[in-house]
Amino acid sequence: MTDAAVHAVDPDQEGRVRLSGRQICKSFGSAQVLFDVSIDLHAGEVHALLGENGAGKSTLVKILSGYHQPTSGELILDQAPVSFVDSEVGEGHGVILIHQELNLAEQLTVEENIFLGREIKRGWFLDKATMRAQAQELLDQLQCDVDPRARIRDLAVSDRQMVEIAKALSKKADILILDEPTAVLTGREVEILFDQIRRLREQGVAILYISHKLDEIKAIADRVTVLRDGRHITTETVAELEKDDMARLMVGRDIKQMFPDRVPDHSAEIVLSVRDVCVDGQVRDASFDLRRGEVLGFAGIVGAGRTALMEAIIGLRERSSGRIERNGAPVKINSLQDAKKCGIAYLTKDRKGSGLLLNMDMRPNLTLLALEKFGRVFIDRKAEEAALETAIEAFDIRAADRKSKVGDFSGGNQQKLLLAKVMETDPDIVIIDEPTRGIDIGTKSEIYHFIGDLTDRGKSVILLSSEMPEMLGLSDRIAVMAGGRITGILMGDGRNEHEIMRHATGISGKQGASVHE
Amino acid sequence: MSSVERNEAPTKKTSGGFSIDFKALGPFLALVGLFVLGTAINDAFLSGGNLSNIFTRAAFIGIIAVGATFVITAGGIDLSVGSMAAFISGAMIVVMNGLVETLGAGVETVLLGVVLSVILGIGAGAINGLVSTKGKIEAFIVTLGTMGIYRSLVTYMADGGTLSLDFDIRGVYRPIYYGDILGIPIPVLVFFAVAVAGYVLLNMTPFGRKCFAIGSNEQVARYSAIHVDRIKTLTYVIQGLCVSIATIIYVPRLGSASSSTGVLWELEAIAAVIIGGTMLKGGYGRIWGTVVGAIMLTTIGNILNLTDAISNYLNGAVQGLIIIVAVFLQRGDWRRKKSK
Repeated sequence: MTDAAVHAVDPDQEGRVRLSGRQICKSFGSAQVLFDVSIDLHAGEVHALLGENGAGKSTLVKILSGYHQPTSGELILDQAPVSFVDSEVGEGHGVILIHQELNLAEQLTVEENIFLGREIKRGWFLDKATMRAQAQELLDQLQCDVDPRARIRDLAVSDRQMVEIAKALSKKADILILDEPTAVLTGREVEILFDQIRRLREQGVAILYISHKLDEIKAIADRVTVLRDGRHITTETVAELEKDDMARLMVGRDIKQMFPDRVPDHSAEIVLSVRDVCVDGQVRDASFDLRRGEVLGFAGIVGAGRTALMEAIIGLRERSSGRIERNGAPVKINSLQDAKKCGIAYLTKDRKGSGLLLNMDMRPNLTLLALEKFGRVFIDRKAEEAALETAIEAFDIRAADRKSKVGDFSGGNQQKLLLAKVMETDPDIVIIDEPTRGIDIGTKSEIYHFIGDLTDRGKSVILLSSEMPEMLGLSDRIAVMAGGRITGILMGDGRNEHEIMRHATGISGKQGASVHE
Repeated sequence: MSSVERNEAPTKKTSGGFSIDFKALGPFLALVGLFVLGTAINDAFLSGGNLSNIFTRAAFIGIIAVGATFVITAGGIDLSVGSMAAFISGAMIVVMNGLVETLGAGVETVLLGVVLSVILGIGAGAINGLVSTKGKIEAFIVTLGTMGIYRSLVTYMADGGTLSLDFDIRGVYRPIYYGDILGIPIPVLVFFAVAVAGYVLLNMTPFGRKCFAIGSNEQVARYSAIHVDRIKTLTYVIQGLCVSIATIIYVPRLGSASSSTGVLWELEAIAAVIIGGTMLKGGYGRIWGTVVGAIMLTTIGNILNLTDAISNYLNGAVQGLIIIVAVFLQRGDWRRKKSK
């Protein structure tokens, strides 16, 4: 029975199955990725699809929306078998998939993107006024204050996500599939998105919502289907499942310990001192110390200047002032090469765009940052192979075929490879930006333990993350940034969500850094 | 329940094996095909003289194309190589002719001409590279500009006419193009040496690996502590050096330079690179493919010369067709791998 606190499934709607997949199987070449999966999407219901990376979630939704054809099994729309030859046919039936990787034309404006391929015309010409008005209306609905004339390339990722949703709404979606829509959104934006999803649900839209985030599923979904290794594990009412149950069903085992045990040593020697670093328009007078074996978290809302500060420290961005000391001695870091020499490594949050060469296999990716280690005149391929062997072992990278391109890897394996790549330079300080974005819970835990291992070996870690549990679970101290300033450094019991939000929103005042024990 | 089978369209995932082999061997197979065709058309095709002719002619575009392989693999393009070759030829001729009076028509004069060629090639390449990287201008635009500049410089030097190499120097210089060692023409030997050096540099050294990385994703290269601008500039310098080597071989053959020297060579060089399987968008390059591509282009012209079936004037059309087909095949392979 459904709990009143959770959005009750109206019994009248129970029968209103809009779209079903029946015994869907899917193989790519010899690899079968889906085994007899069935799923029903009901009108006026949010159905969550939960599973680890590689569980087959994306493949299933691509089949439901016409991007892939099932190897066997069938789709039923309103009690009649259908086949979506391609995604256009699917969209014609009102089934719209919003991809995990946003598909917007960067050079075009918001309104041009919303109406791309379906431009409103007046005679032979585009009716720009009408399109702009409609685009504005859609954005207003989403409480998104983006100018319809703005170019996509100038927008923040979260705004782009909203544009994608506006685009889907404009297509009159009555079966809407969202593939990890919140991966790039901030807390406030997630709330707006959820309001929209609830509004659509009230209008009778059938929604399939894919996420790894159990909190979100509890908050928004009515029912949940769990996939594991391409197989349907269960479909249940969300109210009947606890988060732990969902995690266990998804992973197939108990996750004993999500985070490594940490015993912070606040008296260890200082390995990195950052003093009064400024970046024009982005960072103002940022100062902090990093101790040996420490995980120093950096929290803040998007645009608070965390990434800009880190890029300024490692020489990827110009500092207008400030200085950096390593082990008490001033160092000049004006490029990533300098940072590397100083033993500082940076793990980008954009593993696909700036982390890995997706069209290459693992070996060149692994050694790219530390290439000089593998020979100055000629590259020693045997040494590279050996390094790869070690890395696969140490970071538990699970690739069926070593020769396959890393672009085909799951997000988790890509992230592990990226971590291995950065560790090839044997840095003392690792700056990690969003270590687990778009990664399933099992792999997340593994990565957390890798980070724990690093600090146990005397390395220091700076962690940038927008995921609160990760920030709280891993960091020994948490620096909070707002408006380009470090507004507080939290320690001990001061490290809680409330304090972080207080500093991140600037409520704590602007009198410089305050330390909370 | 009956299963839906009417829209079966299983996406093939590359399971290694055949398609990859075909991709690597494609240009070689095509070249073998051309040789079979040539032999079928005319017995004279396989004669030593004719083969030597094909390879000697191929050497010229081939050497330039080896340089272009570096530029293109690193995600760049150099449209100026034809004009650059004309300009370097013109400058060499002017300087060597001028030196005859002081040094006489000897080996020293030729050597100085060769040194000048190398300096000009490296310098011109460095200009292309530095302007596009430091000035942050698309290589296409920069080299389109320098293409016009080098072309008009040679026209200016020749005063609109033709620069001819001093007759006595021609005699001294002649063996560079027409000579042979153990029966193998010197241009072919040089071509082979350049190709081997190019192969080693591109495939076995950190520099080559960095070219691949930059062409594949410049942002990733930058985040991997690679001096992106430096490596890219170096690829243009290598291109310039290759142009200069090709020019050194070419000057004794024609003994002159004019505004029409080297017209469209840039496109032939790029065509050889692309036929050889290097990706035009960068990130993947193959020197041996380029070598085969250059030989193929020359072979097509040679076969058309040996047959009456197609007019020799259609040489360009056949070459053009082959380029398009080669790229089409490449892209098909690429897409299959990507789809998943």
